[in-house]
Amino acid sequence: MDAQLAQQTDEVIKHYGTDAEALVEILRDLNQIAGHLSPEHLLLIAQRLNLPSSKVYSVASFYSLINIKPLGRHVIRFCEDAPCHVAGGREVWEALEQELGIPFGETTPDRQWSLLTTSCIGACAVGPVMMIDDEIYGNLTPEKVHEILTQYREADKGGAV
Amino acid sequence: MIRARVLISGDPLSLSRGAEKTKLAIEAEISYYGLEDEIQVSYLTHADRTDILPIVMIYPEGVTYGPVTPEDGAYIVQEHLYKGRVIEHLFAPPEVLTGDIAHIPGRKGATYAQKRIVLRRAGVINPLDIEDYITHDGYFALAKALEEMQPEEVLETVKASKLQGRGGAGFPTGLKWSFVVQQPGEKYVVCNADESEPGTFKDRLILEGDPHALLEAMALAGYAIGAHEGWIYIRGEYALAKERLNKAIQQAKELNLLGDHILGSDFSFDIHVHAGAGAYICGEETALLESLEGKRGIPRIRPPYPTVAGFRGKPTVVNNVETLANIPPIIQNGADWFRSMGTERSPGTKVYTMLGDVNITGLVETPMGTTLREIINIYGGGMKDGKAFKCAQTGGASGSIIPPELLDVPMDFASMAESGAALGSGALLIAGEDTCIVDLAYVLLRFFKAESCGKCTPCRIGTAQMLEALERLRMGYGTQVDLDRLEEIAHYTKEASFCGLGQAAPVPIITGLRYFREEFEAHTRGECPTGVCPCSVKQKVKH
Ligand SMILES: Cc1cc2nc3c(=O)[nH]c(=O)nc-3n(C[C@H](O)[C@H](O)[C@H](O)COP(=O)(O)O)c2cc1C
Ligand code: SF4
Ligand code: FES
Repeated sequence: MDAQLAQQTDEVIKHYGTDAEALVEILRDLNQIAGHLSPEHLLLIAQRLNLPSSKVYSVASFYSLINIKPLGRHVIRFCEDAPCHVAGGREVWEALEQELGIPFGETTPDRQWSLLTTSCIGACAVGPVMMIDDEIYGNLTPEKVHEILTQYREADKGGAV
Repeated sequence: MIRARVLISGDPLSLSRGAEKTKLAIEAEISYYGLEDEIQVSYLTHADRTDILPIVMIYPEGVTYGPVTPEDGAYIVQEHLYKGRVIEHLFAPPEVLTGDIAHIPGRKGATYAQKRIVLRRAGVINPLDIEDYITHDGYFALAKALEEMQPEEVLETVKASKLQGRGGAGFPTGLKWSFVVQQPGEKYVVCNADESEPGTFKDRLILEGDPHALLEAMALAGYAIGAHEGWIYIRGEYALAKERLNKAIQQAKELNLLGDHILGSDFSFDIHVHAGAGAYICGEETALLESLEGKRGIPRIRPPYPTVAGFRGKPTVVNNVETLANIPPIIQNGADWFRSMGTERSPGTKVYTMLGDVNITGLVETPMGTTLREIINIYGGGMKDGKAFKCAQTGGASGSIIPPELLDVPMDFASMAESGAALGSGALLIAGEDTCIVDLAYVLLRFFKAESCGKCTPCRIGTAQMLEALERLRMGYGTQVDLDRLEEIAHYTKEASFCGLGQAAPVPIITGLRYFREEFEAHTRGECPTGVCPCSVKQKVKH
């Protein structure tokens, strides 16, 4: 087994202990460190907490801050709640799907982009709002979405050269 | 995890007035304090007002400063972002704030004073400094209770105050506590800080701006019901609030305001913070308890209620953050004082997050019973662009659609319920005449469908089918048959769902049809009266 993976897992478990009550917190923190949780992570946690791996999997798959699928290089989280929607979110939603050529919840085949939704992040007053990785973009329009994504694409291309 | 956002106006006029230097100064100060990972700085593309540029807005509080020099910018980072104190003398004058600029009204220069109980300290004290809290009456109520009052007296005072739960349902808090007191054995206090209702961020302001208030309140609850341990279940995204709570707990323990034999009394109480992992349903109290035990957040069958069998199967009080924040002032000032505010049936205040088509958006705390018309006109600065009011949506599982007919109903739990509406947890989405009710119902349903936990069939299938019918109506393919079916499923889902989420999901449809039926019917003919839905685009192409 991957040594780094075991080390990451044990560090988080050290903080929370091995009581089954800590399972959700362990999964969430480990996810944040590792980006997503692989089957190996889940298996290891099951062993350490002495739980059936099916239970660990079922808990992990329940929560939206825990990813059991790897995500793209950039993760877009678009706020889909009503306050952002009435501020023009609908057009932006469609623009994002069109621009990336994937529906919400998916990752592009080249693994560059994951398109996810988020619930309200409390920036509704400048809605519609999306986060790309940790950056927030407000007052979105379809045109702005195109501009922003183009900037990212160009920056990525530049970095690869 | 990002906990605050700083927006600097970046239009050409602001840039010509040094906005870039202000931004650089702010960024430098942020990195000086090591806050880069928590605070995100960006330009705001357009600002409506030219006389106060450059402006700096800070969310989630929605405070606006302007004009801001580079020196002011650095000072704002120090005071507001680092210490959590708003700087009144740098506020943009409220009368010039328009459009998408938000602030907390009721401060300097505002036209109308707000009643503040719950938010009285947020933004005024340094949340990281227990001394600052103590000099603002902090832990006074706890000391008073431990020295002068028996647990029964604390309980009786809360009962007499007629405080009702602010988490949405308005259940009498004193009564809930008394159910737990009657039970034998070990007991727990749990604070519901899972705040995830769309458009609601009031609890966050308390958690981040006044964390000790919550700790003091939980200790008082523990004293009253005979519990020795409390848990704060906090939304997984609220990283800063979690950190501040943990620090506050540490400080309180050092001063023996939590822990063993608090202030030399016989009472011991400890508090733990437990963060969620992203699931709206975990705000429902029995799902919350499941999640707190490390499981999937799926609602439990009731009865038994948590007051009988809650956390770890023991009698448990579950209360919302805002509810608890009312407890220390009630103990300190007495039930009569609390009942002198608000209405006869719902005393005290309510915190709202007002959004949408009003001139001033943001947080408002007003006495219970304030009408929606007053809230919009006085605190919201009226409707944006002179639009006519169409409806308000009070957000999430406990909310409903409020039509113009109810603008003058006093907003408290009972009056709203009698009018067939609901006060909800505090989101107020104000929608003007150009909002399409079918489109609004669609987006609300999309939320509920995404958040349905899938445990019971009526909710799992019902939300999907309602969403599908609304989608057909939006697209212009819907017929009267779809509309009839939508209404039928809505009633069925409301009646047959297992928990509050499924029972609430159809409410936008049911209330929407009650007040705006003709608008739904127009969509069965492929017409969207406001021109918002895709079907209206199709129409235009046809012609
Ligand atoms: C789907 C659903 C979501 C809820 N979300 C929350 C929430 O985020 N915060 C909250 O305090 N109460 C929420 N509630 C209400 C709680 O179940 C419970 O009534 C509340 O925590 C009781 O506290 P109170 O009496 O102080 O209001 C939710 C209820 C339902 C059905
Ligand atoms: S009503 Fe919905 S959220 Fe509630 S238990 Fe049933 S499926 Fe889950
Ligand atoms: S509704 Fe989108 S950020 Fe609040």
